[in-house]
Amino acid sequence: MTLEKDPLNLIIAGVGGQGNILASQIVATAGIKEGLYVTVGETYGASQRGGPVMSHIRFSALAQCGPLIPEGEADIIVGLEPIETLRIIADFGNPKTRVIVSPRPIYPIWVLSGQAKYPPVAEVLQKLGELVAEVRVVKAIQEGETGLAANVVMVGALAGSGMLPIAAKYFGESIKEIVAPKDFDLNLQAFRKGVELTRGKAVASAPVKTRRRR
Amino acid sequence: MVTLELDQPGKIVLMMGDEAIARGAIEAGVDFCASYPGTPATEITESLARVADRFNIYVEWSTNEIVAFEAATAASLAGLRALVAMKQNGINVCADFLMTVNLAGTNGGLVLVAADDPSAISSSNEQDSRSYARYADLPLLEPADFQEAKDMTKWAFEVSEKLGLPCIMRSVTRLSHSRGNVKLGELPEKKRTAKFEGIYISGAFAAAQHAALHQKLEQAREEFESSPFNFYVGPKKARFVIVTSGSGWLYSREAVAALGLENKVVILKIGTTWPLPEKFIVEHLKNVTEILIVEEVDPFLEQNLKILLAEQAKTLGPIEVYGAKSGHRPAYGEMNQDKVAQALASIKGLKTRARDGKYVEKAKELLLSYIPIRMPTFCTGCPHRASLWAIKSALKLDGRDGFVTGDIGCYSLGAGPAGYFQLKTIHCMGGGIGLANGFGKLDKFGFNQPVIAVCGDSTFYHAAIPALINARVNNSNVLMVVLDNGGTAMTGFQPHPGSGCDALGRPAPTVEIENICKAIGVEVRVRDPFEISQAVQELYDMLQESGPRVMVFRRRCFRIEAKEKLQKKYYVDQSKCIGDDCGCARFCSRVFNCPGIIWDQEAQRAKIDEVVCTGCGVCATLCPRGAIMVRGVAS
Repeated sequence: MTLEKDPLNLIIAGVGGQGNILASQIVATAGIKEGLYVTVGETYGASQRGGPVMSHIRFSALAQCGPLIPEGEADIIVGLEPIETLRIIADFGNPKTRVIVSPRPIYPIWVLSGQAKYPPVAEVLQKLGELVAEVRVVKAIQEGETGLAANVVMVGALAGSGMLPIAAKYFGESIKEIVAPKDFDLNLQAFRKGVELTRGKAVASAPVKTRRRR
Repeated sequence: MVTLELDQPGKIVLMMGDEAIARGAIEAGVDFCASYPGTPATEITESLARVADRFNIYVEWSTNEIVAFEAATAASLAGLRALVAMKQNGINVCADFLMTVNLAGTNGGLVLVAADDPSAISSSNEQDSRSYARYADLPLLEPADFQEAKDMTKWAFEVSEKLGLPCIMRSVTRLSHSRGNVKLGELPEKKRTAKFEGIYISGAFAAAQHAALHQKLEQAREEFESSPFNFYVGPKKARFVIVTSGSGWLYSREAVAALGLENKVVILKIGTTWPLPEKFIVEHLKNVTEILIVEEVDPFLEQNLKILLAEQAKTLGPIEVYGAKSGHRPAYGEMNQDKVAQALASIKGLKTRARDGKYVEKAKELLLSYIPIRMPTFCTGCPHRASLWAIKSALKLDGRDGFVTGDIGCYSLGAGPAGYFQLKTIHCMGGGIGLANGFGKLDKFGFNQPVIAVCGDSTFYHAAIPALINARVNNSNVLMVVLDNGGTAMTGFQPHPGSGCDALGRPAPTVEIENICKAIGVEVRVRDPFEISQAVQELYDMLQESGPRVMVFRRRCFRIEAKEKLQKKYYVDQSKCIGDDCGCARFCSRVFNCPGIIWDQEAQRAKIDEVVCTGCGVCATLCPRGAIMVRGVAS
């Protein structure tokens, strides 16, 4: 197969503890099943300790890519947390980047201790919209929920969005291979929920303007 | 089904670099693996532990790296194939053995994987382990992608066996902890039995052995001349060559493509970086006038290649060399495609792909003034937060300007806001108690500050015991606080001698920290750090005593605890919390700083963040109003 853009660069961004690595593993395994070269570069030294975490996932029909996406070359960003999504635009975003983001904040400790301020989420999403081509807001966690498998909801949202050239069935197979059997149902449900949240949804219906404004 | 054990030669799977190394070892018929956990090497041994029964491999987490290396060497001496994997700092720990096992030699294939951490993403330094190969006269391999990580590991056992020497393989974080395509090979039939024969003594004939070692290295060089892991890509008669190794290969290939130089630039990729395959390299440098060297951290390849160029000056003529020395690549930090492209562009007078300046400026402005910084912190429920709070409180009560010497583990975060900036020194495993030993003997020079050395449980067994013995016999004035969370938490909770289980999760005898302290003859107390007020009082009392003393703060890592047991759910009763009228200065969220408690802007009260809170409940004991309550058990 050939890709419209090769390599296709995806970043999954979030906070340590949100399940970024599992999410990237599911997406990457699905890519392998699709017959692609896939490279995943992960920063997870402090992954369980509440620091910013991102995975670079690169798909190519031609060759194995390096583990790091060059500056400004992210085609798709899946953001598990709003400010962590906005944070990586400076290094990796471009006006054509498409974004799927969960609006649920996780507060940094310097916000808790009063040394920094967490900006209003709506404003964060608006600023994001000014910098990229498309922002789809996916409420992976409803009010009062604990966010269990929210990472896999976001993987589902990515699959449902049609942004990746990977058949949906391969995601299901990946989940089956990767998660523990006792957690399979929960994760498959989360994945399906995510797919429903983006499948066939016109981008214009997203609550944020999708055109870059200047 | 674990992909690691798939018996489907030719199947392409996604593997982490560390898993690929483990699979390579399995395909080589590895019998024995001993390691001490360390990022980014940990998953090699973890992977082998997962399939140990299936492939009849003995796998252990050893007390430290030198013991692991010695144990693995024993397996080699008995004719088995053995692997030992460690992070870069681990090589320093086993360097003493390394510098004699090279002389005494080995028998069965023995592979030492050194997983370096350029940019020190999860380390206290970014040392380049490759110099150890040159220092110890041992063969060195550097895999460049996931497939090579597997294939090279398999070959490393053969190299080791042929030479009768350990073979060092250097990985880096971006290989070990990245994932990519790996085509599986055949699984072997294992037939080896262990039997020790011969003599392996380094010492009396060390000089003669050293000479013999140099001969073996020449033999390795011959072997490397025809290695498939050394190759070149690009036009036949290019004048410009990139010489690269390890992770530099993928970055170089992409940078060349990004600049459209595929028809002008050759990439000479070297997988066997010590000793260098000199004939192979010289053959491919004829007609070349410029070389750019792409590698990570030290100019190791660069310096060795420059020596070769000097030796071959008559054959090769003048060649301009660009690399770390010339300033075209930093000799620190990890590489990436952009850095290679910049180097190429500056040499060639080309322009790199430019981003829209205004766009970048706008996005960077947000970083500076809009997006709050996010520092790593202790996990919610982490006992270290409570321990460091107790240490901070006891030192404040004491009032003599006491301080904490730190060590290596999750609790190293105690140097930052997570641990109230308490740790004032951090070096290597065991370094904290070692330093405290010295501080504790400075009284005759007017030193009167109390010193607390913190040390993790795994670190205690690994490297702290000799220093504690030293403190005892020299009567050093030091309070050691062992932060015992029941496992090697930083690297993913591998067991240690106090855990009561082995690498495969089977029950194992325990060696108790307090028994070791008692045997050494130092006073030892054990306390749950979640009983914070008692912990503070007891620590304060101990600070008033002199000589060596040990406090063990014992509470299991909450990430493990939360996985094994259902935890309670907590909430803030906002009718009891009186917000800023309390005078506690928002203790739970602002001062104690647990990310599980946030400030409800609307209600002006504290609030539990149910997505983050893991239900440890320590905050409930700390709230002066008793406003943090249990709501039952989490589902």
